[in-house]
Amino acid sequence: MAKITYREAVRAGLREALQNNPRVFLMGEDVGKYGGTYACSKGLLDEFGPERIRDTPLSESTFVGAGIGAALGGMRPIVEVMTVNFSLLALDQIVNNAATIRHMSGGQFSIPLIVRMATGAGRQVAAQHSHSLEGWYAHIPGITVLAPATVTDARGMLLAALQEPDPVFIFEHAYLYPLEGELDESGLPVDLTLAAIRRAGTDISLITFGGSLWKALEAADQLAHEGISAEVVDLRILRPLDISTVLTSVRKTHRAVVIDEGWRTGSFAAEVSAQIMEGAFYDLDGPVGRVCSVEVPIPYPKHLEDAALPQPEKILQAVHSLMGR
Amino acid sequence: MTHVVGRDHGLELLRQMLRIRRFEEKCAELYSGGKIRGFLHLYIGEEAVAVGAIPCFTSEDAIVGTYREHGHAIIRGTPMGPLMAELYGKANGCARGRGGSMHFFDAARRFYGGLAIVGGGLPVAVGLALADHMQQRRRVTACIFGDGAVAEGEFHESLNLAALWKLPVLFLCENNLYAMGTALGRHQSQTDIARKADAYAIPAEAVNGMDVLAVESATRKAVDFVRAGHGPYLLEYRTYRFRAHSMYDAELYRTKDEVAQWKQRDPIALFQQQLRDEGFFTDADLDNMETAIATEIAEAVSCAEMGPWEPLEDLTKDVYTPAKPAG
Ligand SMILES: Cc1ncc(C[n+]2csc(CCOP(=O)(O)OP(=O)(O)O)c2C)c(N)n1
Ligand SMILES: [Mg+2]
Repeated sequence: MAKITYREAVRAGLREALQNNPRVFLMGEDVGKYGGTYACSKGLLDEFGPERIRDTPLSESTFVGAGIGAALGGMRPIVEVMTVNFSLLALDQIVNNAATIRHMSGGQFSIPLIVRMATGAGRQVAAQHSHSLEGWYAHIPGITVLAPATVTDARGMLLAALQEPDPVFIFEHAYLYPLEGELDESGLPVDLTLAAIRRAGTDISLITFGGSLWKALEAADQLAHEGISAEVVDLRILRPLDISTVLTSVRKTHRAVVIDEGWRTGSFAAEVSAQIMEGAFYDLDGPVGRVCSVEVPIPYPKHLEDAALPQPEKILQAVHSLMGR
Repeated sequence: MTHVVGRDHGLELLRQMLRIRRFEEKCAELYSGGKIRGFLHLYIGEEAVAVGAIPCFTSEDAIVGTYREHGHAIIRGTPMGPLMAELYGKANGCARGRGGSMHFFDAARRFYGGLAIVGGGLPVAVGLALADHMQQRRRVTACIFGDGAVAEGEFHESLNLAALWKLPVLFLCENNLYAMGTALGRHQSQTDIARKADAYAIPAEAVNGMDVLAVESATRKAVDFVRAGHGPYLLEYRTYRFRAHSMYDAELYRTKDEVAQWKQRDPIALFQQQLRDEGFFTDADLDNMETAIATEIAEAVSCAEMGPWEPLEDLTKDVYTPAKPAG
């Protein structure tokens, strides 16, 4: 096991992808000379050259659409959209083309495209740079939605995504890039059908993904001191959702709190909660709890931003109220 | 008018234009009869564009069309049977019946739609050209769109990117002077579309889209330019749609007079006359042509009538590519 930052893990995945397959190329805003907004592609331009590391103009719709076209034309594009906030300018290509063309053409075309983007709040960059919209993307059939939270997944999910014949969207929480973790070097590929149990427990299931995983783990530590054994489930893959791992956990613990940085109304947490209700209603000892973002454009000052987002304390509160403590 | 290069070629161009016209007249009839549903956008009046332009591309080249693409697909060579079946929504349609009129696809002929978001095909065409460029294939991608698409950001982004990266894509604008009910002068500050290419350092030319020979010669030159590796090119075909925008349009935005004026320039009638003037064409030729086309269309209709509906079990088939069996 080696210690490595999340951004280094992404970069390692990109390098391997580029080394292993000559059809792989990376394009996006400032991925080349600048080295990537989050430095994920630093050094790759020198190593792989400008044909394969392509700086694009600020044309989100067109370079995502060009990724679709290039994939249709036999390439294996990895498109970096600087952040999820700017991906809104590419929604037409994503929703109307990437997700539909295969089915709408009667299965004549596959689009083996990867789109990566940073997501999430917590860095005091205010409302227009703090969206967490991966739950929206998970609404769309025809695409796969990944949210790696660990360094191993940051590298491994990218490599696994390259085996997928259809469009894959990878959401990297911007808060995670500088964080260090242990890279699992076993070489085992990441299974893109399975959620992961990050901490085993017996009293309550904390179900989450992406940047919120670390908050859930912190809350679980705290709960352990109180004598509450929390199981932490990292969904990792929002579509297709591995609900069976979730249900297995809930059937064991009989209680669940879902933590999601998206806004509460219509959140991905709402979907998970509904599926728990459908699949494990009679195993529950109480209603499924949710810790989501407050329904407000994320503000700039730290105290307000902190108050708007899920925090370990809010998770503790939700657990306490569920357990009647 | 340009001179016809030879009798056979002239007759072939006329025949192809008539195939589109008669096919679509049948579509309109079947729509009234309830056999075809949804949105139906007819190409009638614009046939010279598809017939002049599309044969300039090789079978290796790619075509990205719009939702007014019946003519594009017919001329690309997809047989009328699967096209009509698609209009019926039958499983033997060219997209298993899932797309209907706006979504013809034909992988074998590199026909990538049939895309119904105005402007949405341009980035995809740029990407197809990028794939060819990166794999050093001397292919050209034909990117077809209407005058309405020129107002979309994707038009400007796509021209810029294609020119910046010198990609082998040929932008083909079918300027029929209207985006639904909005006349060109009511949606463009600069109505000379070809001039917009200048802003992206892309060579461009406006062509009389009612003259099949003019379309053909301009397109041939443009394809050669792009295939030679000089980067993108834009052609603006000035044309006119004789029918309503779709089957729901009361045509409040233009006068009957205006339409009648343009019908004087019917590309089929004019070309027929030209062939007669050159002594290439007689009434007997026309009869033979019409009879053969009528038979082809009748067969297409029966192909659609007899085609199966997709079984309900297949509703979600092809949302994702099936996983390869392990091992
Ligand atoms: C992005 C988008 N906006 C609006 C529409 C609705 N719409 C369909 S066709 C059309 C007009 C397009 O005009 P043009 O590009 O000139 O093509 P034409 O129909 O004249 O062939 C409109 C507004 C659409 N399909 N897509
Ligand atoms: Mg138009």
